[in-house]
Parts: sequence; C-alpha cells; structure tokens
Amino acid sequence: MIQLPVIAANRLCIDYKLDKQWVNAINGVSLVINPFETHGLVGESGSGKSTLALALMRYMADNARIESGEVLFYGENLLLKSDSEMRRIWGRQMSLVPQDPLASLNPAYTIGEQIAEITRLHEGLSRPAARQRAVEMLERVRIADPEAVARKYPHQLSGGMQQRVNIAMALSTQPKLLVLDEPTTALDVTTEAVILDLFRSLIQENRGAALYVSHNLGVIAQMCDRVTVLYAGEVMACAPVDELYANPLHPYTISLLASIPRPLPGHETRLPTIPGVAPSLAERPRGCVFAPRCPVALQQCFDEKPPLEETGPGRLVKCHRWREIADGTLPVETPHEPPAAQWPALPGEAHVLNVEGLSKRYGSRTLFSRVAGDESRFVQAVDGVTMRVRARSTLGLVGESGSGKTTLARCIVGLETADEGRILLLDVMIPNMLRRRSRAFLRELQMVFQNPNDTLNPYQTVGQALERTIRRLKTEPLTPERIQARVIDLLAAVRLTPDYAGRYPAELSGGEKQRVAIARAFAANPALVVADEPTSALDVSVQAVILNLLKDLRAREGASYLVISHDLAAIAYLADWIAVMYLGQIVEEGSTEQVYSAPSHPYTEALLSAIPAPDPRIKQGNVRLEGEVPSAAHIPCGCRFHTRCPRKIGAICEQEEPPWREAGSGHRIRCHIPIEDLIVLQNSAP
Amino acid sequence: MLRYIIRRILLLIVTMFITSAIIFALTQLVPGDVARLILGREASPEALEQFRAEFGLNDPAPVQYANWLMKFVTGDWGRSFTGTQGPVRPLVTDRISNSLRLTLMTLVIAIPASVLLGIAAALRENTWVDSAISLLSLSVVGLPEFVTGLVLINGIALGARALGLPATSTVPDNTLADWIRQLILPAITATFVLIGYVSRLTRAGVLDELKKPYVRTAILKGLPRRQVIFKHVLRNALLPTITVIAISFGWLIGGLVVIENVYNYPGLGALMVEAVKQKNLFVLQAVVMVTIFFFALANLTADVLYAVLNPRIRLE
Repeated sequence: MIQLPVIAANRLCIDYKLDKQWVNAINGVSLVINPFETHGLVGESGSGKSTLALALMRYMADNARIESGEVLFYGENLLLKSDSEMRRIWGRQMSLVPQDPLASLNPAYTIGEQIAEITRLHEGLSRPAARQRAVEMLERVRIADPEAVARKYPHQLSGGMQQRVNIAMALSTQPKLLVLDEPTTALDVTTEAVILDLFRSLIQENRGAALYVSHNLGVIAQMCDRVTVLYAGEVMACAPVDELYANPLHPYTISLLASIPRPLPGHETRLPTIPGVAPSLAERPRGCVFAPRCPVALQQCFDEKPPLEETGPGRLVKCHRWREIADGTLPVETPHEPPAAQWPALPGEAHVLNVEGLSKRYGSRTLFSRVAGDESRFVQAVDGVTMRVRARSTLGLVGESGSGKTTLARCIVGLETADEGRILLLDVMIPNMLRRRSRAFLRELQMVFQNPNDTLNPYQTVGQALERTIRRLKTEPLTPERIQARVIDLLAAVRLTPDYAGRYPAELSGGEKQRVAIARAFAANPALVVADEPTSALDVSVQAVILNLLKDLRAREGASYLVISHDLAAIAYLADWIAVMYLGQIVEEGSTEQVYSAPSHPYTEALLSAIPAPDPRIKQGNVRLEGEVPSAAHIPCGCRFHTRCPRKIGAICEQEEPPWREAGSGHRIRCHIPIEDLIVLQNSAP
Repeated sequence: MLRYIIRRILLLIVTMFITSAIIFALTQLVPGDVARLILGREASPEALEQFRAEFGLNDPAPVQYANWLMKFVTGDWGRSFTGTQGPVRPLVTDRISNSLRLTLMTLVIAIPASVLLGIAAALRENTWVDSAISLLSLSVVGLPEFVTGLVLINGIALGARALGLPATSTVPDNTLADWIRQLILPAITATFVLIGYVSRLTRAGVLDELKKPYVRTAILKGLPRRQVIFKHVLRNALLPTITVIAISFGWLIGGLVVIENVYNYPGLGALMVEAVKQKNLFVLQAVVMVTIFFFALANLTADVLYAVLNPRIRLE
C-alpha cells in the first residue's frame, strides 16, 4: 500500500498585490512531504519560502492569492475547503512555530491560557483539564518551573523560553504537520543550539511530518532529512540532505554552499560570491530565473525555462546543464574578484586603538534607590574592558546579545559616553564625550551599522550622502569637481558604478545600501572603522560580497577594523585577532587560530560548539549552555560565567574572580581552570 | 505598580497646587477694582473700604493667596458676590452633580457607538463601509457644537414634537425616562464631538493589531473569527481608546460650555460663563479649580487604567 504524503503541492502559483498590480511570487512549485519526514525549505530573502510554507497550511496574507495549483493534505485539496473546515484542521492537524517568538504570542494573556485555549477548542477539555495539559506541555519542552511559567506573560520570558512556549503550543494537539518558519533566527547561537536539540527530539516524539524553513544552510543541514532549494519563487533542487550538501547539482546550490564562511581560519582565501541580486518579482526572467547570476549559463538558459527533472531517486533539479555537472565535466566555479594590493605591514607593535579599563553603566540613582541602598538599578553594560587594535589589522569582538559588545563599540565611537577608562586613538588620548572630540578624531574613527536600511537618509541620494560626509570631514578646501571625483572614487571602491550617486536608498538592495554605508565610512580615510554586525542583516550570498569588500578596503586604504559579530564563522574570515566578551568583560583574547582551537575559555568553547555546520556529516558540538545571559543588573559573583559554565570546577568559580592565564603568544584566557587542564578537557571532548 | 500609582497621585497634588497659584495670579490681573465692580460706581468710599476689608482684598497678594488656598482646601470656597450672595461651595457642587449626569449619559451613548463604528471600519478596511464610517464620523466632528445642537433642537425637539423632547434641558429626576428625555439631545451633541476621534483611534488600533503575528497564531490555532477579534485583537487594540475615553471624561465635566449654553443646561460650564460675565471672582476660581481637578483626575485615571490593563507595564 502506498502511503499518502502528508503534504503534496502541485504546480502552485501565488500572486501578491503590490501597488495595485498582481505580481507572481511563487511560480509552479511542486513539493512533497512524506510522513515522519523533516523537510527543509531553504532560500534567501525574497525567495518566497515563508509565503510557500504558510500557503501549504492554506494561510495567505491579505494581499496574496493562490492563482493556480493545488495543496493536498493527505490527499484532500485544502484550497477547496471552507474557512470553517480549515478551522478544524488548523491547530489540530497542522501547527506553526513562527519566526518571531514574542510577537507571535498575545501580550495580554498568560502563557497557560494561550496554550490551554487550543485543547479546550479542539479536544473539548474543561478549563482545569486544559490548564493541566498546558503545564504538562511546558514540562515537555523542558521548562524548569512549568507551573510558574504558565502564570507568566510573554514579555516576562526570554527569547528562548518564548520559543519553547510556541512549540509547546504547536505540539499540544499532536499535529500531523508542523511548520517551523525560521524558528531560531531571532535567537542567539547558544540558545539556538539548545532549541534545535529540543526541536529534533520533539519532532521525533510527535511522529508527524515537519517543514523546516530557514535561510541558514547550517541549521537545515543539522535538522532535515530532505531539502528543497527555493530561488525567486521556483524550486531549483530537491534532494536528500546528504546528497544535496555532498553532491549539489544546481549551480545556485553550489554557489550558495561555497559562499558560506566556515569557522576555520583562512585569511588568504576569498569567499566565492554570487554576482548580482535576485530578480524582483515584477520582472521575472523568461528563461531560468537564476541565469543572470549563474556562472555557467548558456544562451539557452536565458531563452528557455529548464524543466524540473528527476535525476535519481528522490532528487530533482531544474537546470539545463545538470548532466554535465553530475558527471563532473562542468566545474561550477564562482567568479573570484582579484584581491587588491596589500599594504606593507607596519613594523613592530603599532596600535591604532587602545582601550583601557573602559566602563559604562546605565540607570540613574533615584532618591528612592539611594535611601533603600538599592544597587540593582544599575546595569553594568561594559565593565573595565582593556583591548587593542593593531595597525592594519582586524579585531573581532564576539559574544551573545547582552554581552555588551555593541555598547563597547558605541562608547569607542562616542555615540555613548563611557563612565570610566581611556580611549587612545593613534596613541593620543581622545575624550570619551563625542562633543569634545575634534574633527580630526571624527575623521579617523568611523562606524558601519548593522541595519543598512536605517542608516541612510531616505530623502538624500547616495551622492548627496557621500558629499556631505566628504565636505564635513575634509582636511583642505575642495572644489565641487574634486568632491564629485571623490564620490565616484568611493563608489568604485565599493564596486558601485557612478550612476549610483543619483539614486535614493529605496532604489537599492540591502547589500548595495551596506556598500554605500561602507563607502561613507571610508570617505575621510579613517584609521579605524568600527563595524557593528555589518553583514547580519544580509543574505548569505550578499554577505560574502560584503566580507570580501571589507577585506579589500582594509588592504587598499590601510585602515584597521573593529568588527562586532555574533557570527563566529563570518568573523573568522575577517579578523586576525579575536576578543570574546561575556557580561561586559573580555574573557578570552588571541589570534583567530588560537581562539578557534583548544585551549579555549569554556564560553568560547560553547559558542563554537553551537555553530550549526553547513554539512550534515559534521554533527554540531555537544557543549550546550543552559539558560540565558544573566541580566547585567545582577552580575553573578566570582566568575560571571559560573551560572552557565559546563566546566565549572567548584566553589572557587562562585567566589573568586578568575585570573588571566597566558596560553602563549598573547593568547589569554580568564578562567580558574589551568591552561593545561583546559587542553586535556577540550581535546578529549567527543 | 503601587509605587507608580502613588507617584501619579503625588503628581496630581503638585499639579493642583501649581494651577491654583496660576488661577489666583490670573484673577489678580483682572482689570479694575473688584470692590467697585461689585458695589457699583456710586458706592461710597466707606462702603468700598468695608467691602475690601470684609473680603480681605487689602492684604498683600501672597497672604491673600495663602488665605484663599487654606480656606479652599478646608471647604470654605468664599461667598458669591451676586444673587443671594450665598456660599460658593453648594452652588458649585450642585453644578458638578448636574455635569456628572450629562457626562454619564454622553459616555453611555458615545463609547459603544464610536468603538463599534471603529471596529466595523477596521474589519472592512478600504471598503465602502469603511469610507462611509470615516466620512460620517469626521464630518460631524467638523461641525461646531452650537450648529449640531441647534440642528437637533430645531429638527427633533421642535420639529418632531411627538417625541416630546424638550428644547432646553433641565436636571433629570431619578427616573430613566426623564434622564433620556432631558439629556439625550445634549448627550448626542457631545457624542458628535467625540465620535470621530474615538472611532478613528479604534479603527487604527484594530488595524495595527491585526497586522501583528499573534493574530496569525490565533487564526492558526483554529479559533473562530469572533474569538480571534473579540478575545485576542480587541483586548490589545482598545488600550489607546480606553485612555482617550478616560481623558475625555475631564472635558465632559467642565468643558461642555457651548453645549450647556445651547441647551440652557445648568452644568459647570454654564456656571463658568455666568461667573465670567458677572466677574464673580470666587465662583470663577472655584469652577476653574474643580474643572482642572477633573481634568487631572481623568488623566490620572487614563494612565492608571492603561497600566493596569497592560501586563507589560503592570508587571514591570
């Protein structure tokens, strides 16, 4: 007997209404999810993966419509069902675990009520019984004190806990299909690792099928059995996970996998990139949608849409040239941009930036707290940080959210005023307060922000934005012609053509906006550029372009970087020196090679272990951090990491601040465990 | 939370203190000699002097202020210069209770009407229903109260006499029928002022909330649409509306100057106009103080209500 697939989408087309015009978002997608299967759906932003995932639940945004095709749920076409029929399927047979855990919970009701509501509705449980079931569900998602959490409101929980609540809610009726839409994207990497472990075992326990949607090829590799690759609303490839990663057949899959930075030091290599940007919905290419960016496209690819062909059992690919790729006669190599000429290294130990004992705390002493002797109203975001950036090098600052890394960066560029400590730029002390800094210091110290969409003035053209910076920070009088020439220079440096000067930010893609932001930072030849998560808002293929660009600019302009990131893989590609930050303090520093291999601080070890490798054969490390970063208002005594440390040795960790231990050639670890013991512990770890 | 409420109440007291000083200062600046104004041009210097002594008008301003404030908080609001020359307090408290009746009637009509219109418009966004509601509620807001008031009087009270609604409203006795008879027209007039704002705010609140991911969660739980809207969406969407309604309470108590005059209703607003016309100093002071007190109280209620209904603030 043939088992019916849980979901079978046939030639599904979905349109969106944009500016009173219907544009096509999903174009003829067919997809099958079998029972007990965890199916991965991977694609970049704008590929339509969330639209498709929700459409498989027959949930559409108000401005979307299903144009044609069918969605079969155990053989029944969902598109023919009425809303009231769907209401018996939603929540009972299919559930969603959403991307944004907090916003997806109603802020006005308790956690317990929001879970209990489902079983009251679908199983007719009484209020107390449903309540009891909610508590049991919270226990199943390994929430420590389920009774207490059931009485809490969503905003009182951390992101990881909120996502546990969402999954508890989704699983409380044992649905046949679980749709997980980027469920860990909003979480820190350490929390993500814990939640992924939990999802894996819960999906198995639930004995249903799951659709796992993500842009993260690492997460997909670790979670799924089969994977569908979506690009511009079309299926490019579908394959069992091992084959997709080991032996990709589609040029898009190949390029995408190549462009992921891996957490292995590799300073000389450059990341392969995918040139161009995904086509906009309104102007879908006639032929293969990937042809304009494909390194091996033929004329045929532009003229004629390739069919989705079966290449082997359970493998589909949509490419005219898959046979050549499969038998190895057509190597798909993504274009390498030539690296720019290198500046000679500076002799000795010259430093661009020295930070000494920098501290920043938030919160004011109110009269009340002073009388009550209440110290807890302070949030110590940065606590006595000392670090250096060597000339023409990159310092990578890593840590979870709440570690104080962004505050530290903002203190250095002056967006926040440090309470204590000294900042030396090019060996000259600069005031902590931005208003007291001279124009010359501003010139030498520039910043690139995380979200390029918010950093450019929407009413200024790219040219105006750059001109303004050049004029503000110029060292000598400049004629308008010279300024124009400089604008074009800067655009060329970030690989944008001169006509970009006349465009407004709204006309640029995310990657292009970030390039403009980088060009602006370099407008006055700064000595140090501080970049706060410069690629985390961007897609993988665009991230590779920006990472390469940052590397080239450093070589070309002779600048140094302080790069902040939670992504240890991306930062390994850029940085020569890494500082790991936890609760306002640096806990380890060393060269990238040193930090990424044993011995490491137990916190660094956990961060590295949490990275989901974009390869299903490499299992994630098994060092997990339970719990969240403690609030900076209540910093634990002794070693700040002792509350979560998997390698805690005893009472000393709770009572005494750990010493700095030297691990050779400047590599330092702040831990009670001696270096030799760390090496033994970490090398014996499975 | 308790700390927050206590802090808000302290702030209310400070507000009242400051406004009392401002009110006193302003009445000092009224041109002309109060004694002569009251007693008339032919009053003898002795009579004027006696009057000034009697009302403490000869003392230095700070002393007058301190005396006035002390008396005010202990309940002695002075005596009226005109009419029976009786004490001010019973006069004003009478008017407060009249105004409260009209306020109550207005809220009973205005809240359900404008909230329901707002919800209806939001759920049918960009359809003819939405446009019709917007057009209607905004056009009545544009009309001043004396226009809508006079239209209602001429059209309903005088035009449709069969309904038996009076053209001028008196204070209702304690039967429901009389409440409706006396207060329905002025209450509708006041509703017209509120309805546009409150319904637009409700509409915006509902539309805002409908876009939030938790609504999708509720729908995908399989909940009936009614529950999605009334249990999940409205609980959050009405927070700003409730605040505005609470604030409008202050305006309804002391700010219905025009409506009370059009309907000749003896409320606080009408008393204020009389006091100004007659330069009735102590009455004016008392009315303004009471009005400001209700405004401040309404604001306090709005803030506390918002905090109580919003767990994100309540549990901070």
